[in-house]
This record gives sequence, structure tokens and C-alpha cells, in this order.
Amino acid sequence: MAYSDKVLDHYSHPRNVGSMDKNDPNVGTGMVGAPECGDVMKLQVKVDEATGIIADAKFKTFGCGSAIASSSLATEWLKGKTVDEALAIKNTDIVNELSLPPVKIHCSVLAEDAIKAAIGDYKKKQGAHKPAGETVAS
Amino acid sequence: MSTEVKAPEGVKLPIYMDNHATTPLDPRVLEAMLPYFGAKFGNAASRNHSFGWEAEEAVEQAREQIAKLIGATAKEIIFTSGATESNNLAIKGVAEMYREKGNHIITCATEHKAVLDTCKRLEKYGYRVTYLPPGKDGLIDLDDLKRAMDDKTILVTIMAANNEIGVLQPIEQIGALCKERGVLFHTDAVQAVGKVPIDVNKINASLLSLSGHKIYGPKGVGALYVRRKNPRVQLTALIDGGGHERGMRSGTLNVPGIVGLGKACEIAMNDMAEESKRLTALRDRLKNKILAELDEIQVNGNMEHHLPGNLNMSFLYVEGESLLMGIHEIAVSSGSACTSATLEPSYVLKALGLGDDVAHSSIRFGIGRFNTEAEIDYVANKMVDVVKKLRELSPLYEMVREGIDLSKIEWQAEGH
Repeated sequence: MAYSDKVLDHYSHPRNVGSMDKNDPNVGTGMVGAPECGDVMKLQVKVDEATGIIADAKFKTFGCGSAIASSSLATEWLKGKTVDEALAIKNTDIVNELSLPPVKIHCSVLAEDAIKAAIGDYKKKQGAHKPAGETVAS
Repeated sequence: MSTEVKAPEGVKLPIYMDNHATTPLDPRVLEAMLPYFGAKFGNAASRNHSFGWEAEEAVEQAREQIAKLIGATAKEIIFTSGATESNNLAIKGVAEMYREKGNHIITCATEHKAVLDTCKRLEKYGYRVTYLPPGKDGLIDLDDLKRAMDDKTILVTIMAANNEIGVLQPIEQIGALCKERGVLFHTDAVQAVGKVPIDVNKINASLLSLSGHKIYGPKGVGALYVRRKNPRVQLTALIDGGGHERGMRSGTLNVPGIVGLGKACEIAMNDMAEESKRLTALRDRLKNKILAELDEIQVNGNMEHHLPGNLNMSFLYVEGESLLMGIHEIAVSSGSACTSATLEPSYVLKALGLGDDVAHSSIRFGIGRFNTEAEIDYVANKMVDVVKKLRELSPLYEMVREGIDLSKIEWQAEGH
């Protein structure tokens, strides 16, 4: 299979590889996929409490080159975005940016799911963390 | 993964280490074939002039060379377009010829598709097929075979060596059992012929398939051994026409290809003992170097009854296609779904009871005649480097390191 230059670049030089403390209340963790399907993505975001902006993003992925590239790209895009902006990232954006062929579209879907799961986890933590009645946005 | 492992002097990239898929043509084979593309163009079936005689002589010499390699007689060799045709002819030919005797065929779940799909087609025509499950080590259980046999069984078809995991089935015992029960025994010996000694009388084979391009011969030519006595095996032809090959396979003979197949068999006959020693040593060197540097590796298939040049390993917690991407200058195969047309992981590895995740992580190395020790060392170093990098990326490896049991996790899998 021929990979696009961008997939090859992310595969050869993956951005933001690593893990953050999943118990940190400002860190949201999303893990999607399954080993028997051949891809598992773990994506984490760390949100700046004061600004509500994603200050850091990390990933680890078990999967094909396109899955690695999709999640690597996602971490690049997440940094500097607000939580709501992050949720607006669509799998089709990833497909277009990486020129993924049709058989690899599920990799981009998985990356979108990972973003949503990570943000969802963060929001859940914040909801549990904040005293009742307090609003997150100001 | 960026390439930090550099190829040493004398190692030319890309490296071909996929010799179960096909083998490069041996230059000695090419040399033997060349005249038959040129001046010696005659039709081996032309009985009335020297052009035909010349071609016929070359074909008969090849028949002798092939027969000698497998302990057969020349008259028992039928030329085909390759092992897929040989397998089709053997199985369908027996099924039709012996229909009145019975309609039951026994095979194994890890056979090549040329056998499995042929059997599946026969099921549509009213035949019964038993697909024996192999053990975890890839070998069939002779007691299972015994139990599967009944008074309607006409054919047992079990491969000599598996193309993915390299295990050698107990064909001598299978053949003895078939003889005892009066059942015909066909073996797809494509991967075994020329690599390990095979004698059709020792294994009591009724039929045996072989191919040119797996033994450093040309593509598009193969042969089927058909026993002529004790007992004589009869076949219904698949291809009708001029009655070539004693009526079992019509069609003008591919003389250059047949000459090449014959020469490849002759070379294999002469070199097999030494070559298998050398390939076994290279295989073990590759295996040991990888095992010394990496943990969480599974070696697939029984290693005691094994082809010299085959090594099938699962690099757990690393996905096969991403692994192949990292070693793109090395030609090997993966059992990963992502590398197959069907998006299903290897059915052979799954038949061994391996989980899909382990199958996804598997790589098949096929070491052959033209691989060198320097290439083995390069491949081993490269594998270690890439697997280590991909494991740094692997959430599964991280979790296993933390002591998490992956089987206890509820994965949020998509429908795929």
C-alpha cells in the first residue's frame, strides 16, 4: 500500500508520544478501539484551568501507520484549542489532511472517537470535582 | 520509524526474505531454460520432426529430474500450470473418479486456499468434507484423522509443510494410515519439496503437488505426481483437449517452464542437505538475536518439525502493518488483517487458537537460498529497533508493563 507523505512523516516522527497522569483532575483520558480489531488509541488532553484551553496532548497507539498518523495529527490539532473547539474536529478533517484511502477511514473515525472520549472524561472529572451549582464557563 | 540501523557493507537493500511467497529464479535454471525460448521452440507433441523430438526430449529429461527428487518414476509426473492447478486436479479429479466409492474427503483447516476452496466447491456438489483442526503447534492429531475416517472416505489431503508457520505435518504416518484404510492420500508439498527430503513411497502418497517458483524455478509451471501402482490412481481430467499428459491434462506443454522446473529439482536434489543446514542455522540466528533483545515474543508453530527457512513470530502489542512500514526495505509477510485483501487476520494463525491480536502482530520470515548471514544480522537489528520504537508508542505494551491484564478490559470497539 502506498502511504501519503504526511502519513509517513507522522509515522517516522510521531508528535506528542507519551502519557500523562490519568488521575490529574485536569487531564482527560480517552481509550478507544480493541486489540483484536488491530487498533487501540489512547489520547490524553491536559486543560489549563485558568483559560480552559488544551495546554498539552499526548497519545499512544497500537495500530497501522494510518492509525498512528491520525492520532499523532489529532494531538497536534488539539493543543491550543478550547474544549469545545476540540469537539468540532471531524474525522473527515483528518482524512483530508492525511489523504487517507477509503480502507483507512476507520483510523480517522477512531481518532475522532478518542478525542471525544478524552474530552468526555475531562468534563466528567470536572463535573465531579467542582462543587454543585458552579458553572464551568464564566 | 526513522532508520537508525544502517545496512552494513555488502548488504544490498531491499532485502528479499519472503521465500514462501515466491523464490528468485536460480541463474542456473535460467540458463537451462533460455534455449527453449529461442531456437528450441518445438512443440513436445510434434512426433514427426526434429523440432518436436528436441522439445519432447527436454520434457522427458525434466520429468526424470522431478521424479528423482521425490522418489517417483517419470511416468507418474503430470505437468500443470502450478500447484493451484495440481491441487484442483488431484482433489476434483479423485472426487469425480471415485464418486461411486464414496463422497467423503478429509483435510485440515490450515491448508492452502487452493485446497480449502476446492474442497468447499465439492461440498456444493454433495461431497462431505471434514476440516481437521490442528493443535496449538499447528500439527494435526493422528487420532483425530482416524476418527474422521469412515466407509465413505475416498481422499485425505494434508499438506507436507505449511506456507505460513512452516510446520511439517506427519505425512509418513498419515500415508501409512491411509494405506491401511484403503484411502487415497494427496499432499500439497509445494513448500516442502526441495527443502526437506520427500519420498512418495516412504510417505505412501497417492498424489503430490509441487510448484516451480517455490524452488528457485519459474512461475506458471508445476507438477502433480499420480501413483501408477500399489494402487494405481485414476483421475478425471479438469481440462479436456488433445489428450496430453496421458489424458489427465490437455494443453500444449510449457517447454521452457518444464525445463526450468526440472533443472530446479536437480539443483535441489544436489544441494538440499547442505542448504537445509545453512538455512536452519540462519533461521536460528535470526530467532535467537531477536529473542535476546526483545520480550513478549511468541514463536508460532512447532519448531521441531519445521521447514529450515521459516520463522513466524508474533511481536506482541505491536501491529503488523505498522511493523512492516518500519522495515519497508525488508520484504517479509504479516498475518495482520491490514495487509490482507479481506481485512481478516491470518486464518492459519487463528486455527492455531491464536487471538486476533496475536495474529495481527505476526511476521513471517522466509529465508532462502540467496540470503546471507549479513542480511540476517541486519534484519534482526532492524526488527529489534523498530519493535522497540513501536512499543514506546503502544498503549497495550504500557499497560502490560504496569501489570494490567488486557483480557480483563472492556474495549470500546467499533463495529469493524
